[in-house]
Amino acid sequence: MRHLRMDSILQSLLAAGALIASADPTLIQIVALSLAVSLSAVALAAFIGLPLGAAIAVGRFPGRRAMVVILNAMMGLPPVVVGLVVYLLLSRAGPLGEFGLLFTPSAMVIAQTILILPIVAALSRQAVEDAWHEYEEQLRSLGVEGVRAAVTVLWDIRFSLLTAVLAGLGRASAEVGAVMIVGGNIDGVTRVMTTTIALETSKGDLPLALGLGIVLIAIVLALNAAAYLVKEAAQRRYG
Amino acid sequence: MILPLRLEEVAFAAGGRCIIQPLSMEIGAGLTTIILGANGAGKSVLMRLMHGLLSPTSGRVAWQGPEPRRRQAMVFQRPVMLRRSALANVVYALEVAGVPRAEREPQALEALKEVGLLDRAQRPARVLSGGEQQRLALARAWALHPEVLFLDEPTASLDPSATREIEAVIRAFDAAGTKVIMATHNLGQARRLGDEVLYVHQGRVVERAGIETFFKQPASAEAAAFIKGELPWA
Repeated sequence: MRHLRMDSILQSLLAAGALIASADPTLIQIVALSLAVSLSAVALAAFIGLPLGAAIAVGRFPGRRAMVVILNAMMGLPPVVVGLVVYLLLSRAGPLGEFGLLFTPSAMVIAQTILILPIVAALSRQAVEDAWHEYEEQLRSLGVEGVRAAVTVLWDIRFSLLTAVLAGLGRASAEVGAVMIVGGNIDGVTRVMTTTIALETSKGDLPLALGLGIVLIAIVLALNAAAYLVKEAAQRRYG
Repeated sequence: MILPLRLEEVAFAAGGRCIIQPLSMEIGAGLTTIILGANGAGKSVLMRLMHGLLSPTSGRVAWQGPEPRRRQAMVFQRPVMLRRSALANVVYALEVAGVPRAEREPQALEALKEVGLLDRAQRPARVLSGGEQQRLALARAWALHPEVLFLDEPTASLDPSATREIEAVIRAFDAAGTKVIMATHNLGQARRLGDEVLYVHQGRVVERAGIETFFKQPASAEAAAFIKGELPWA
C-alpha cells in the first residue's frame, strides 16, 4: 500500500514534468491568466497603497493611530472573506451589479487588489515613517519641504518599497479563496493556478495540479530571490 | 547679513516640561560661540530654536535681512546622508539652494576638496566611515557658503584622529568668515575652537564669557563645578 502510494506520486510528478516541459497549452494559459490578474492587482495596489502609506507615515491627522492599527490588522485579511464581500458588491443585485463584472478576470483583479492593498500600504508606511524620522531635521535644515521632501525620501528608500510591492505580489499569486469566489473558476475564462490546483486535486487529476503547484512555487521563489538580490545589490551600491 | 541674531524672551516647553527658560540675548558676527553644558542641559534644543528647526513656545527668534534660513547651515551629531554618492549628496544641497545646474558639480567638488574627500567623491555616502560622513556633512554645508554654521556635538561619536580632522574643517569655516555656533560638552574642544562660551544649565544660560575668562574664573558655581569635572547635580 505504502509503495503503491509512493509510486503514484512519482508517476504524477513525472507527468507534471512532462506537462511543463512540453509547454502544455492549457497549463500555459492558466499560468498566463494568473500572472495577468496578480500583476494587475499589484500595479493597482501599488498605485494606491504607496502614496497612502506615505501619507499616513508623515501626516498628522485625527484617527491616524487607529488607521495604522487597522491597516496592520488588515494585512491578514482572509481571502475568502474578501472574495465574499466583492461577490456581494458585484453580484446582479449588488450595488455594482450593473457593470456585469462577476465571474470575469476584472472581478478577480478587484478582489486581489483589496486583499493586498493593506500589505503594500502598511509595509510602505513603516518604511517611510522610519526614513522620515531619520531625514526630517536634515532636510528641513537644507530647506527641503513638502512635495520635494516626499519625493526625496521615497526615491531614497525605493528598494524597501519594492520589497513591499513584491510581498503583495507573493500574497496575490498564492491566494485561492478570493479568486475562486468572484472568478468562479470557469474553464478558459477565470481559471488560475490556485483554483485549478484545488479543482484538479479534488477530481483526482494529480499531474496538472502538481505541475501547476511546481510552477507556482517556482514563481514565488523567483520573486523572493529577485527581491533579495535587488535589495542586496542596492545595499552594496548605495549603502 | 543675517547677524546679529536676537533672542527675545525665547522659551521652549514640551510635554508640560520647561526645557528652555525665557532667554534674551544677542549673538553677533565674528567670534566662535560655544554652547557648553552637561547632557540634557538644553544645548541642542537651544540651537534648534536658533536655527528654526523648533519654534519657541513663547518669545521670538529674530534674524536680520531677507531669507535668513538660506544663509544658515547645520551639521548634526549623526550625519544623515542620502543613498547616493558623496558628490551627489553635496550636489543635492546645491540644487535645493537654487544653484544653476552647470555650477553645482564644480562647487560640490571644490567643497569635497576643502574637507579632503575629493578621492571619495564617487563612493556611496553611506559606506563612508563615521568621520568621513561627518566631513561630508561639513562639505555639504561648505558648498552653501553659509553666514552662520550650527554644529551639534559634531565629534561626539568620533575617535581622536577623526575629531582632529573635523576641527581643522571647523577652523577653515571660521577663517572663511563663517560665524560658528557649536554645542559641545567637551571642554578641550571648547577651548581649542571657541572664542566665547554660553554655559547652559537646566535650560538656562547661566553664564556668558570669553573663553579664557570662563575657564580661569567661571562666575557661576554651576560652571565652576562642571569645569572641575564634578557633576553639577551631585
